[in-house]
Amino acid sequence: MNEKNMLLSMIKKYDFTLKELNLYLDTHPNCRRALSMFRKYRELRRDAVQEYNKRFGPLTPEQVTDTQSWTWVEDPWPWERR
Amino acid sequence: MWQYEKKLQYPVKIKTPNAKLAKIIISQLGGPDGELAASLRYLNQRYAMPYGEVKGLLTDIGTEELAHFEMISAILYQLTKDLSMEEIKASGFDTYFVDHTTGIYPVAASGTPFTAAYFQSKGDILTDLQEDLAAEQKARTTYDNILRLADDPDVRDPIRFLREREIVHYQRFGEALRIAQDKLDSRNFYACNPSFDKNCGRK
Repeated sequence: MNEKNMLLSMIKKYDFTLKELNLYLDTHPNCRRALSMFRKYRELRRDAVQEYNKRFGPLTPEQVTDTQSWTWVEDPWPWERR
Repeated sequence: MWQYEKKLQYPVKIKTPNAKLAKIIISQLGGPDGELAASLRYLNQRYAMPYGEVKGLLTDIGTEELAHFEMISAILYQLTKDLSMEEIKASGFDTYFVDHTTGIYPVAASGTPFTAAYFQSKGDILTDLQEDLAAEQKARTTYDNILRLADDPDVRDPIRFLREREIVHYQRFGEALRIAQDKLDSRNFYACNPSFDKNCGRK
C-alpha cells in the first residue's frame, strides 16, 4: 500500500471508531468513558485529515487549498479500483 | 444538511469482474431489505421521534446507510467494469444490461425497481422502532445469503463488514426502544402515542 492509501486507511479507522462511539453515545449520552474516547479519536482524526489534505488533497470540497486548480474533481473517486 | 466525504466507509477492491454476483448483490442497493430502503426509512421516521436520543440515532444510522449504499454501488461498479459481451450473455446480466448497460440503478435481484413501499413511516415511535429492528435482521439475513453465494474473498470482505453493521444497528435500536419505553407507562405502553398525543408519557 502506498503512503496515500495508508494515511486514508488510518483516517477510515478513526472514522469508524468515531461512528461506533457516536451511535453508542446516542443511546448512552451520559457515558463519560465513551465521551473521552470520542474526544481522543476526534483529535487523532483531525491531525490525520490535516496531513492528508496537505499531502494528497481534499476529502471534502471546503478542504481544497490549491490556488491554481479545483483539486476536488481529480480522479480517482472512491468507487474506482485503486 | 449533508456533506460528502471522498472516501468509502470500508475499502472495496475487487480484482475480478463477475456479472452473476452483481446480479445478486444489487438487491442490497434497490431491493426490499437494501441500503436505500434502510436509509430512507430512518431519515423519514426521525421527524416523528419525541426523544433526542432517538432523533439522533435515526439521523446517524440513516446517514451511515448512505455510506453503505455507496459501498454496494462500488461493489457493483467494480464487478461489472470491463465485462465482455460473452460474460454479459452467459451470466444472465443481459436482462439488466438491455435497460441500464453497466450503469448503477436501484433494483432488486428479481429486477423489480426500488419502491418506497419497501418501508413504513408510521408516526408512532414504538411501531417505527419495531420495524427498524426487523429491518436490520432482514438485511443481516440477506447478507448471510449473499455470503452463501459469493466465493470471491474480495467481495466477501466488504459484505462481512456490512453484515456486522446490521447487528450493531439492531443493538442500538433495541436500546432506543428501551429508552422510549422507560418514558412511558409500563402498565400499558400503548395507552397513547408519544409521537402524536400531547403530554403522553409525562407524569
